[in-house]
Amino acid sequence: MASLADRTAIAGVAPGMRALPFVLALAAVAVAIFATFRWIDNSYAFFMGYVVLQYIVLGTAWNILGGYTGYVNFGVTAFFAIGAYSTVVFHKLIPAMPLPVMILIGGALAGLVGLGTGYLTLRLRGVFFSIATLALAVVVQTLITNWDFVGGARGAYVLRPRVAPLIGGEYVQYLFLLMLGLCVIVLATARSIERSALGYGFAAIRDDEGAAEASGVPTLRLKLIATTLSGGFMGMAGAPLPYYVTYLDPASGFSLNYAVNAIAMPLIGGTGSWLGPVIGAVLVGGLQEYLRVTISSAVNVLVAGVLMVAFVILAPQGIVGLFKRKKK
Amino acid sequence: MTALLSIVGVGKRFGGFVALDGIDLEVQQGERLGLIGPNGSGKSTLVNCVCGTLQNEQGSVRFADEVLDGLSAHQRTRRGLARSFQLPRPFATMTLAENVRIPILYSVNARPQGHLRGAAVDERCLELLGQVGLLAKARQLPRDLTQIEMRKLELARAMAAEPKLLIADEAMAGLSHTEVDEIIALLIRLNEQGVTVIMIEHIMRAVMEFSQRLAVLVAGKKIADGPPKDVVRDPEVVKAYLGE
Repeated sequence: MASLADRTAIAGVAPGMRALPFVLALAAVAVAIFATFRWIDNSYAFFMGYVVLQYIVLGTAWNILGGYTGYVNFGVTAFFAIGAYSTVVFHKLIPAMPLPVMILIGGALAGLVGLGTGYLTLRLRGVFFSIATLALAVVVQTLITNWDFVGGARGAYVLRPRVAPLIGGEYVQYLFLLMLGLCVIVLATARSIERSALGYGFAAIRDDEGAAEASGVPTLRLKLIATTLSGGFMGMAGAPLPYYVTYLDPASGFSLNYAVNAIAMPLIGGTGSWLGPVIGAVLVGGLQEYLRVTISSAVNVLVAGVLMVAFVILAPQGIVGLFKRKKK
Repeated sequence: MTALLSIVGVGKRFGGFVALDGIDLEVQQGERLGLIGPNGSGKSTLVNCVCGTLQNEQGSVRFADEVLDGLSAHQRTRRGLARSFQLPRPFATMTLAENVRIPILYSVNARPQGHLRGAAVDERCLELLGQVGLLAKARQLPRDLTQIEMRKLELARAMAAEPKLLIADEAMAGLSHTEVDEIIALLIRLNEQGVTVIMIEHIMRAVMEFSQRLAVLVAGKKIADGPPKDVVRDPEVVKAYLGE
C-alpha cells in the first residue's frame, strides 16, 4: 500500500506551497526586486523594468483565457486600451484621483467589456472566437479614435507629477512599484486558479467542451469568469500606461506589439503554468529591449514573431514544458 | 411506482429531417434497458435530447420526478444522469486521475449531500480507476491508452458523477470478443450497485446478454419495446434489420 503522499502524487495534485506562503514568497521577491532597482538607481532600469512587468501582467491575463481555458484572444489591445483610456478620462475629470484607484476602475471597465464579449461570443469556438475578438479590437479602436474628449486621433497628453508619491524619487519608480504589485496579484490569482476546481473546470473546457458539460461543468459560467478576469487584468495592465508614456494616441495605445507579445510570451514560456508567462515576458521582453537599444527599434516585433513560430513548432509546451519533460 | 426516466412524445427535427418522431419510453429504477436500431435511426439524437446536449422541440423528459426540459447538460448530470460518448472524448491534457476528478468536483460536490475535499477526492479518483482496472495508469495521459482502456476511462468518468442512470452509448464498438465481455461485466456490476443502465449497442450478443428489456428505434420511431427474446422475433424489427 502506497503512502498517502505517494497516492496524492498519483492522483495528480500539484505539489508545492499552499496559497498564503506562496503569496508571501512572491511579495518578498517583489520587495527584493524593488530594493535592487532602488540600489542600482538608474531611471533607464526602471523604464525597462516597467515594460517587462507590464508584459508579465498582460501575458498572465491572456493565459487565463488562452492557456487555461483554450480561448485564443486576439483582441488584447481592446482591453489594454480600455484601461489606458479610462485613466485618460479620469485624469481629465478628476486630476487628483490616485493612480491605484484609476487602475481599479480601468480594470473594472475592461472586465465588464470582457464579460460582455464572453456573452456575445459564447456560441463561438476556436478560430471563430478569435476572429470576433479581433473585430472587438477594431471596434474599440474606431470608437476611441473618434472620441474627441480623449483626444481622438490627435492623442492626449497626461502630465505626470515630477516626484513619486509615498516613496519619493522619480515618478517612474512609483509606476514600477505599482506594476510590481499588480504582478503579485495577478500571479497569485493565476496560481490559485490552477490549483482550484476552477482551474480543472477551465482545463476541461479547453480539452473538450461537450465532455466537460456532460461531466457537470457549467461551461458558460466558467467561460464568463475567464473572459472577465482576463479582460480585467489586461485593463489593469493598461491603466498606468498614460502616465508612463505621457502622450497617448490610438496608434500607440492599440499597437500590435501588445497583442503579439501578450500571446507570444505565454506560448514561449509555457501556457500550462503561471510561471510560463513570467519566463516568456522576462526573456522576450528583455531580448526585445536589448535589441531595441543595440540594433533598431523595429527588430523587437520580429523577435516575438520568430520565437513564437519556433516554439509552437519545436516546443509546444514552452520553456516550462521542456523543463518538465527533462525532469521526467 | 413511477419510472425513473420517462420520455413522453419527444420529437426533434433538423430542418426538414425528422430525427425523432413522438418517442415514448419509460425506464424503471434499477433496470437494464437495451436500445437498438439501424444507423441513423435516432438513438444518439434521443440520448442527446435526454442528456441536454440537444433540446427536444416536442414532448418532455422527466427524470426522478422532475421535468428536465430546458435544463442544460451539466444541470442534468448534476441531477444524476450521466452518459458516455460513442467516440471516447477524454480530457486529453489531463492524467486519467484528473479526468475522473472533473465530475467529482463539478457534479458530486455540486450536490447538497456530497462534499469531498482534499485527500478524499484523490482517494475517490483512484477507487474509480481501480474499478475499471486502470489504477496502474492513473498518472498517464489518455493518449497512452489502448482502445478498450479508452472506453473504460469513458465509463469511469461517467461513473465518477455518481449517476442514478447511466447511458452507455456504443461503449463496445470496435472491441474484441473478450473485451466486450469485460465491458458487459463492468456494466452489470454497476447495475448491481443500484445504477440504472441504458445500453445503446450494435453488437447483438452484448445487447441480448445484458438487457432485461429491449427497445427498438427505426427512422425516429419506436417500433418495439419488450422482453429481448420477443422483440428480436418481432416481424417489424426483422424487417427493419434484414429487409423484406
